[in-house]
Amino acid sequence: MNWEVVIGLEIHAQLSTNSKLFSGAATSFGAEPNTNTTLVDLGMPGALPVFNKEALRMAVMFGHAVNAEIGMTSIFARKNYFYPDLPKGYQTSQMDDPIVGKGHLDITLDDGTMKRVGITRAHLEEDAGKSLHEDFHGMTGIDLNRSSTPLLEIVSEPDIRSAKEAVAYVKMIHSIVTYLGICDGNMAEGNMRCDVNISLRPNGQEAYGTRTEIKNVNSFRFIERAIYTEIERQADILEDGGKITQETRLYDPDKDETRSMRSKEEANDYRYFPCPDLLPIELTQEYVDQIAANLPELPKQKADRFMSEYKLSEYDAGVLSATRAMADYFEETANVAGNAKLAANWVMGELSKYLNSESKDISESPVSAGHLGGLLVRIEDNTINGKTAKSVLQAMWDGEGSADDIIEAKGLKQVTDTGAIEAVIQSVIDANPAQVEQFRASDEDKQKKMIGFFMGQVMKASQGKANPGMVTPILNKLLKG
Amino acid sequence: MSLEKQDVLKIAHLARLSLDDNDAEQYQNSLTSILDLVEQMQSVDTNGVEPLSNPLEAKQRLRDDVVTEGNRRNAFLANAPQTEAGLFLVPQVIE
Repeated sequence: MNWEVVIGLEIHAQLSTNSKLFSGAATSFGAEPNTNTTLVDLGMPGALPVFNKEALRMAVMFGHAVNAEIGMTSIFARKNYFYPDLPKGYQTSQMDDPIVGKGHLDITLDDGTMKRVGITRAHLEEDAGKSLHEDFHGMTGIDLNRSSTPLLEIVSEPDIRSAKEAVAYVKMIHSIVTYLGICDGNMAEGNMRCDVNISLRPNGQEAYGTRTEIKNVNSFRFIERAIYTEIERQADILEDGGKITQETRLYDPDKDETRSMRSKEEANDYRYFPCPDLLPIELTQEYVDQIAANLPELPKQKADRFMSEYKLSEYDAGVLSATRAMADYFEETANVAGNAKLAANWVMGELSKYLNSESKDISESPVSAGHLGGLLVRIEDNTINGKTAKSVLQAMWDGEGSADDIIEAKGLKQVTDTGAIEAVIQSVIDANPAQVEQFRASDEDKQKKMIGFFMGQVMKASQGKANPGMVTPILNKLLKG
Repeated sequence: MSLEKQDVLKIAHLARLSLDDNDAEQYQNSLTSILDLVEQMQSVDTNGVEPLSNPLEAKQRLRDDVVTEGNRRNAFLANAPQTEAGLFLVPQVIE
């Protein structure tokens, strides 16, 4: 049977505030266990939450970026469940009146077409602590540093129809939150986590099938693989006449399978109610409008500007605006180099090759944008040719300094002195009398083909340092005698 | 509306309270009487009345995003029955 895949995503983005959602503790990643905690984060009786202004501003920014209705009055609610890394016994979240209401987002699919994905809502909530299960004499260790860290949970409509669309959507959300500067977007550090709801229905059927939820998938690649695996599992069950159990599952990347996490229905009995410790958040239209007016450039706008300002192709503009780090790197390189097209080619070409070979993100590039720009300046002013530039980039990647340092240290400066070039060409002509004879005896068409041989000899004799643009006319003149 | 004993045990389990049979019966009665009161309140006509999430006529005050508290781990851990390596220790929560 042919199945249609229905996917909805819940993305938790950790907001990059300095302090926690409800307390004045730091949010720094990797701190010693329980050093970033306060009485509020520990859930001590009588300790009251005070709401972080910046978390509110960030949530409203996101709302604008996905064309959403902003909740002018929003309410915090308690989501009750028992777990030792949640000392209060409830998570402060939002239920009926979230800060961000209905919105939408356009994603670009592989074939270049656009698809609109609905955003159901995005709400503010606090994170829980961490449970460490290893080796505490049969006990569990609790670290509450993460407790009360601000999260924005972004819920999509079930509009997504394939693993590829899901990845494109998550990448777009990632791109937006990092452009806005409201989330670091580091998935490996758990900065952005993704829950995937998947169900299948026979092609043409209106009603949704029973769904499962895969929790906490933490990389783009795993999202895609987890979805493929889960689709296959559900299709096998349905085709054998079985039924899907509504449950939470975990994706195990090592075995490439999903496993049931908990199936007790009471696990979902959260008994939400408005949090009496927090008052309704009331926004003014002026506050909301001011945030809209100061919104930074978003990925789509950046791509459009790259096309108009730098005359880049749509494809190049798309690649270079995909992440804010990439866009910033490109723009700085282009500004230093003074040639945007050349900068685009080097960032997407040579530099990306190096980054890919070591699986590095552009933000981790050992060659800074300023240094790459400096290299391109030396191509532009004919100090070195393109071929030499590639070897200079290798040296820069290996940490040997700036382009100018390397060109100087290795004596790679292109020879642009006419006299010196003439001398090299003369030596090549002297060394190859037979070829010169043949050249002179040939017609013009044939000569054009033969010139490549001499060009190669000249570059070899000059160790690649002769400026090809200068060699050609002199070579032609001397060969013709 | 009256609660069954099963309901009481489920609510107790969700809150990780251990109840013996006597307790359960007592809670069954007192919770049922609360629900009876709620049922009585249901008869009030609330059409056109905005749901009230907080009885205080005030809105939420906001805090500047500044770290105001430092590391007080030693003081916090001193209250816990068992600690190790800066962590609170609790009975194992996964099998």
